[in-house]
Amino acid sequence: MSETEFDIIIIGSGPGGYVAAIRAAQLGFKTAIVERAYLGGICLNWGCIPTKALLRSAEVFRTMQRAQGFGLSLEKPGFDMGAMVARSRAISQRLNDGVGFLMKKNKVSVIWGEARVTAPGSVTVGPAKSAPPKDALGAGDYHAAHIIIATGARPRVLPGLEPDQALVWTYFEAMVPERLPKSLLIIGSGAIGIEFASFYRALGTEVTVVEILPQILPAEDAEIATLARKSFAKLGITFMTDAKVTKLEKGTDSVTATIETAGKTQTQTFERVLVAVGVVGNTENLGLEALGVITERGLATIDAANRTNVAGIYAIGDVCGGPMLAHKAEHEGVLCVEAIKGLNPPPMDRLMIPGCTYSLPQIASVGLTEQAAVARKRDIRVGRFPFLANGKAIALGEEQGLVKVIFDAETGRLLGAHLFGAEVTELIQGYVVAMNLETSEAELMSSIFPHPTLSEAMHEAVLAAYGRALND
Amino acid sequence: MNTPITMPTLSDTMETGRLVKWTKAAGDPVKKGDAVAEVETDKAVMDVEAFHDGFLAGPLAALNTDLPVGQVIGYIADAPAQEEAAPAKAAPAATHPKAIPAAVPAPSAAASLTGVEAQTPKASKPAALAKAAEVPASAKPAAASRSAVEAPATPVSGNTTASSVHENAAPGTPTPQSNAMPVVPGAASPPAHVDSSPLARRAAEAAGVSLAGLHGSGPHGRIVAADVEAARHGAPATKEQAVAAPVSPVLPDDGIRALYPEGSYDLVPHDAMRRIIAARLVQSSVTIPHFQLTVDCDIGALLTARHGINRDAPLDAAGVPLWDLSINDFVIKALAVALQRVPAANAIWTDAGMLRFRRSDIGVAVAIDGGLITPVVREADAKSLSTLSNEVKALAARARARKLKPAEYQGGVSTVSNLGMRGIREFTALINPPQSSILAVGVGEQRPVGRDGQLVLATMMTVTLSCDHRVVDGALGAELIEAVKALIENPVMMAV
Repeated sequence: MSETEFDIIIIGSGPGGYVAAIRAAQLGFKTAIVERAYLGGICLNWGCIPTKALLRSAEVFRTMQRAQGFGLSLEKPGFDMGAMVARSRAISQRLNDGVGFLMKKNKVSVIWGEARVTAPGSVTVGPAKSAPPKDALGAGDYHAAHIIIATGARPRVLPGLEPDQALVWTYFEAMVPERLPKSLLIIGSGAIGIEFASFYRALGTEVTVVEILPQILPAEDAEIATLARKSFAKLGITFMTDAKVTKLEKGTDSVTATIETAGKTQTQTFERVLVAVGVVGNTENLGLEALGVITERGLATIDAANRTNVAGIYAIGDVCGGPMLAHKAEHEGVLCVEAIKGLNPPPMDRLMIPGCTYSLPQIASVGLTEQAAVARKRDIRVGRFPFLANGKAIALGEEQGLVKVIFDAETGRLLGAHLFGAEVTELIQGYVVAMNLETSEAELMSSIFPHPTLSEAMHEAVLAAYGRALND
Repeated sequence: MNTPITMPTLSDTMETGRLVKWTKAAGDPVKKGDAVAEVETDKAVMDVEAFHDGFLAGPLAALNTDLPVGQVIGYIADAPAQEEAAPAKAAPAATHPKAIPAAVPAPSAAASLTGVEAQTPKASKPAALAKAAEVPASAKPAAASRSAVEAPATPVSGNTTASSVHENAAPGTPTPQSNAMPVVPGAASPPAHVDSSPLARRAAEAAGVSLAGLHGSGPHGRIVAADVEAARHGAPATKEQAVAAPVSPVLPDDGIRALYPEGSYDLVPHDAMRRIIAARLVQSSVTIPHFQLTVDCDIGALLTARHGINRDAPLDAAGVPLWDLSINDFVIKALAVALQRVPAANAIWTDAGMLRFRRSDIGVAVAIDGGLITPVVREADAKSLSTLSNEVKALAARARARKLKPAEYQGGVSTVSNLGMRGIREFTALINPPQSSILAVGVGEQRPVGRDGQLVLATMMTVTLSCDHRVVDGALGAELIEAVKALIENPVMMAV
């Protein structure tokens, strides 16, 4: 086969696409991946990873400010925004290089440019705006029996709230500020909005978060969201819920926002605005419409094996719907390729996809919220355990936090887990594994959790659901 | 290299077998074809043969536990494995330190265990786990790790049966036959060889569904909660669901036991045969629409014929008569011939259509210690009475010795069940699925009967035919039992 003929071509090298490419190569497929801008996609370059780098800087800064409480002395904690951003970019670059290395190691061909599916089995790649990495193939016609769309998503733009890359930001600009804005309006209180709120507030910005729904972090369990809101408010973040930004008036170095709450309209001026009202799938300009691939509200419609309605065309990750999370995309990428191979992988269970918000403190969850469990008419048992009663949390100086678990009262099935507090994004996986293994409360109770760790709160929450908590 | 010995498939329906004896000890040389162990299935005890020359090597599976087909029960080594013996001995304890308190060795043993580990760090626990890794994928999770997962749940759920606790303890007490080798730890606990999730086990218990027959849709065939759910709703997630779990019990075991004061009973564990009898007869009564027809037969002529035939039987070299016909032999022959005369009844039900047979294969119910079994006389209609009689005797002897092969008790169209020798006048029998009828034979006794306006004494025998109404309607059944009666009352017609 020539350099234009492949078994599988994947369009998009984000976490879904590049993981799918590696799995395809492992399974013996001749594989190519098309990318137009950054290997690793948004996640590595403008999403998950660089924001974690920034948040780490903010967290260390916050800890520095509390040095005295730890018996340490520090003259005057300060920060250099340029250096923080530079660190964040350097980390992205390192991982971006890593993806290039992985492609080479797995003998996946990288094709650089804008891809368009011209017919089932045919991909035409046009020139890219950015320079290709070494050894990448260029524009041209390529063929593969299987084409996987993994083009991800981009920030949603609402009328009247159009970003301008200067005063009105999306996460792209928010990640590389030239200086710290004095005030910041964040529209939307999902994971992206809340993470940037934490970051900027920790450094001293006056942050206001506007959410159209009554609850911040609308996808999370109400109790956890309420707890988080109180905690963030204590740090100085202002929240306006049931509120809507109807107009943005730009000044020279500021924006005046019109905000409607409960029939009342108010205007307020901010130095910068971050629009974080969700993301939309990148389904355009791929030729999907001409091929008759069904899309719904900008998302490709797929079956359990990630097949679109057109034979030989598949979609994975954000472009085929939520939750728009890197780990969901990766999992779909693997499933999709294994299904092509005929391995009949078990379908993804959406209730077992964990969600993490890397705010300060963090939020992590998996499964049903208490509200959803009740709505499903489940007879439930709820257990809670506060970090306040966890020795390790107190020693860390991170005693704000709560672990909440929801069991089906009849079967003992763990329906959901919702955590708030330091490092809970690292803890949630224990419950994810438990759910996947179908453990009941009995196995969780009889598992030994190491002392002293934050994870003991996970054990205690399970015990608490059955009235057996030991340290509460 | 060690080649695994696995639980063989001895019949189409066999899912588990009970290892009852190691006929070779670990370290013994074995030749291809040698019997190394005996396995009890639902109906028979059969030999497990070696497929290679070599030396029997451990870990050997524990005796008297049900093991799934394909489960590794031992190994054949190319060379006698002397160095391996010591670390392997430590293995069960090492893999189960917390799972089974009863199996934790005495302090001295624990000390030696530590010593072994110190000398051969790779040997003790990894040895057992490495063995487990050799298990074929289907049975793989059955080894050491699983009961370690399961056992900690015991104190919480509190409902592990006494027998499983007892058998869990087995790894600490090597059986006499396997002194040199320990038993495979995980193989010892009956629930452990069905790989299932905790939620699946709990759901199965709540629903009264046996995990043994379920198809696992999880990784490596693991039974997950959805499989139990599917089985409960009759979805085809089960292999032999009807046999394994015909109906939910009226009460869970705990509920039944609660009705009787503790100490007023002994719990006698079921053996494989008892479970199969229970499952098959529930299946019979639930799935087969039975009806019965009863007639009285005058066996005066039959007794005369029998007397004459047996009296003139030639003797073999040892002075034993070449045949000794019983009344039952005549009944078997009569039923077989009658089925030939009423061919519509010589059939069984399948969903796709009737299987109508050319010859008549007749089962003969044989009571054996702890149960019963029905070996099948093939083509009984075509066999002479003497051949048939001797064959029945041989089959019955093999049945009592539990040496029947599955092929010797499977199939058949009808069965003769005779309780006449116990003085039972008449009774009804349950059809042995997938057969379509069964003839229950009572005692032959003198009874007053009316004949030509006179009360006379005649030797009478009452027979009751149970019919599967899907196959045999009332009139057809009557035709069949009339033919049986005619042949019994005029047995020379069997010779035609």
